[in-house]
This record gives sequence, C-alpha cells and structure tokens, in this order.
Amino acid sequence: MSEIPILKIGDCLLVSIQVDMHDRLAMELQDDLTSRIVSERARGVMIDISALEIVDSFIGRMLNNIAAMSRVLDAVTVVVGMRPAVAITLVELGLSLTGVRTALNVDKGLALIRRAIDDPRSALGRRER
Amino acid sequence: MVVENDKTMAIRTSDDVVRVRQAVRARAVEAGFGIVDQTKLVTAASEIARNTVDYGGGGTLRLEIVREGSRRGVQLTFCDNGPGIADIQTAMTDGYTTGGGLGLGLSGAKRLSNEFSIESAPGEGTTVTLARWKL
Repeated sequence: MSEIPILKIGDCLLVSIQVDMHDRLAMELQDDLTSRIVSERARGVMIDISALEIVDSFIGRMLNNIAAMSRVLDAVTVVVGMRPAVAITLVELGLSLTGVRTALNVDKGLALIRRAIDDPRSALGRRER
Repeated sequence: MVVENDKTMAIRTSDDVVRVRQAVRARAVEAGFGIVDQTKLVTAASEIARNTVDYGGGGTLRLEIVREGSRRGVQLTFCDNGPGIADIQTAMTDGYTTGGGLGLGLSGAKRLSNEFSIESAPGEGTTVTLARWKL
C-alpha cells in the first residue's frame, strides 16, 4: 500500500496527490490504483494533481501508464487541477501526456468521467470545457 | 561571473531527488524567480538528479546563485563518478533512453535551462552544468 489514499465515490476512484512524489511512491500508486480498479470494479479514475509543484518525466510517465492501464481495464482516467506553471513546463519538457484526459477541476473531471461512461463516443475530446 | 551562496548536497536515493527539488526551489525563490521560472528550473533539476541516481550511481549537486552584471541566476552542477556517457549527442536526443524511461531527461532539461553543458567520457563519470537566469 502506498501512502497516498485512494477514495471510492460511486463507481469512481479519487486520488489526490498531496505529497512531493518520490519515484518509488509513484510506482506504488500506479500498482495500487490498478489493483483497486479491478477490486472495486471502478469505471472512472480521477487524479487530482493541484498540489503538485512539478510534474517531471517520471511522474508524467506514471500518469500516462495509469491512463493506459485503466483503459485496458475499461475505466476512464482524468487528471485534474494541473497548475499553469506545471502545464507550461511540461510542454517545454516535451511531454505531451497523449492519452491522458484532463479537466480544470474535480467537478469538471467528474462530469467528464460521467459522460465518458454513459456515452463513450461523446467524450472523445481530451478536455472538459 | 560572481558566485554567492554556494552549497553542495549528496544525491544517492530517490528521496534525495525530492530534497534536490526542495533545495533548488529555495534557491530560485532567493534569486527572485517567478513561479514559471522556478518550476522550469526545479523540473530540469529533478530530471538530472534522477539521472545521477539511476545512471551515475549517485553523486553530488552544487547549487550556486550567480550574478553577471545586473542579472541573477541559479547555476546547478551535478557530478557523478558513474560509467559516463559514450555518445553525448545521441544521449541528448529526444526519446533516446538506455533505462526504459521516456528519454526526455537530458533533452528536456536542456530546453528548460538557459545554459546547459555536459562533460562526460566512458569510465570518467558525468558532470552536467545548467543555469537559468531571472528574466
């Protein structure tokens, strides 16, 4: 078990990353989330990164992996709350987070997951408006 | 170039990478960096510090606040005594990795810095120096 709590809300899992992520913690979170998607039969995963001061290539890869694994397990992943400075830096770093859906906040993230579950075709866009 | 306030720290584990990020952030704030410049410098430092642990087998970081005329910046020097890099040009290519990562560490860190240099040879370790100036 990682130190990062995974909360269940209906058929969604919510993770709010509130600590500075060291690499081992990122790997643990990835493993824990994948097991919980299966054990809770989750359809959506929301990762709140509003407290993260940086996203480097390792954390970016973790977000990519979680999105890919949950897709294989028939769940939708949305990353919410990215800080503007983090977004600017990620693009310059060269990390496009292809395959990771994003929303500005938890409300919009939940709405995006809801839509994607109810009608997979309607939520093909990557960004909740 | 005038150097003030230098400090050296050890980088051995992934916990040290987190400590590097915190120390670099503190220096960037001290140098008067805005939030975007802080984030870019800390992200670049995180990439290189991880390389120091994963490929260099651990090493050191020297943090300096540098002054040139009226401008201030932060300069970071990462040193390890690991196996070194045989082909620096290839290692700097986006997407090239020998470790299973995304291959963005060196190239990405360079893009996030105003100045960037690598000195390395097989068997002689690697020294990466990067700097960012307050704009």
